[in-house]
Amino acid sequence: MSELELHVNPIKCDGHGVCAELFPERVSLDEWGYPLIADGAIPKELEKHARRAVSQCPTLALMLIHRRG
Amino acid sequence: MSVAPETEPTTRRLLAGVRTDRRTLTLAEHRRLHGPLDDDPRSLIETLAAAGLRGRGGAGFPTARKLAAVRAAGRRAVVVVNGAEGEPAAAKDRTLLGYVPHLVLDGAVAAARAVRAREVLVGAHPSVCAVVERAIGERDDGKIELQAVAVPDTFVAGEETALVQFLNGGPALPTFTPPRPFERGVRRLPTLVQNAETLAHVALIARRGAAWFRAVGTEEEPGTTLVTLAGAVRSPGVYEIETGQPLSALLADAGGVASEPRAFLVGGYFGTWLPASAVDVPLADAALARYGAALGARAVVVLPRDRSGIAETARILRYLAEQSAGQCGPCVYGLAAVADDFARLARRDGRVDRARLERRLGLIAGRGACSHPDGAVRLAASALQVFR
Repeated sequence: MSELELHVNPIKCDGHGVCAELFPERVSLDEWGYPLIADGAIPKELEKHARRAVSQCPTLALMLIHRRG
Repeated sequence: MSVAPETEPTTRRLLAGVRTDRRTLTLAEHRRLHGPLDDDPRSLIETLAAAGLRGRGGAGFPTARKLAAVRAAGRRAVVVVNGAEGEPAAAKDRTLLGYVPHLVLDGAVAAARAVRAREVLVGAHPSVCAVVERAIGERDDGKIELQAVAVPDTFVAGEETALVQFLNGGPALPTFTPPRPFERGVRRLPTLVQNAETLAHVALIARRGAAWFRAVGTEEEPGTTLVTLAGAVRSPGVYEIETGQPLSALLADAGGVASEPRAFLVGGYFGTWLPASAVDVPLADAALARYGAALGARAVVVLPRDRSGIAETARILRYLAEQSAGQCGPCVYGLAAVADDFARLARRDGRVDRARLERRLGLIAGRGACSHPDGAVRLAASALQVFR
């Protein structure tokens, strides 16, 4: 059973904020506009939202990582 | 940087060869002092595991596990000696490379044999690179080739992914992980990056064994360690102590404090402030943990009573903000904001929003590609605790 986790490559991230807009369930922004990602695996019902946020990130900084649960 | 005179009653292992006339030990002198390096490379990793040696660059990772991971990759590996030491409060690694380079090089060669590497790159602080080059010229390590490389004197250049990127021809800036250097490092080969002091210990453990190493120090953190002592002490410099020796004993080695201390910064610029009352704390991570501190870069600064701890922290935070690689938003903007807050605190400017500052400190750690922001906010948080 593998779990999906959302991560950001902070070098690529320019703080566009698209992720927080598309996936507010798990992503908020700090005072400078950079994402704060809630810890933990992405539940099945939120997977579609997570994938959309990943695919829409303008700098391709957001990623889903499979972790063996 | 001065080194404690040989008459000091400290245990001298790494610094045994440091001469009173401050001359670099030649290869012949080094061999006379320590004997030849003729260990069995097949057993080195087990010996290091039994010795309980941990990295002396800051992170404290078990050395044997790092070597085992590189060897397990099963490909031709590269060994990198990390002697960048961009930490302004520290000078221990350049002391080793400058005075007893062959001890570090022996450790690198022993490690290279153990992980089946034929190439050793010595990333040296610019001040000692020429010395290392001369030392390499004296040696013949058979199939193993050594090369000295001067690393830019910036704070982040010593971060291991930054060092690897620099050795690959890029800028000396951290990269996103994974992959870590042991998986894919110099020229995409499995790369063992070890701090210079760590390798000097490896050179001695390879000769004398695990039991000898464990004869001093604590059970969990055996051996000796170098500490760079700066600030309000009579003889600042690099000292070798047995791990677990009280801070007060280190201060006594240095001729005592030059004036009454306000606080001690333990662990360098990424370190933690300890109140003056902590003067008897054993210098070992297990004991320092009570104060949320660790030996880290093994630098200790004594802040005198007539200096403000908040102002000193503000100065260090400004430096760390400026030394950010500039790659990650939370580090660039977060450290600048925290440094601004501390500058206002130091001026006793009433406009500092203390709650916002504490919130910022909680939100920055873990959000950079490397741990630069983590170290800076740890220092800031400890200043708020110790200097109310």
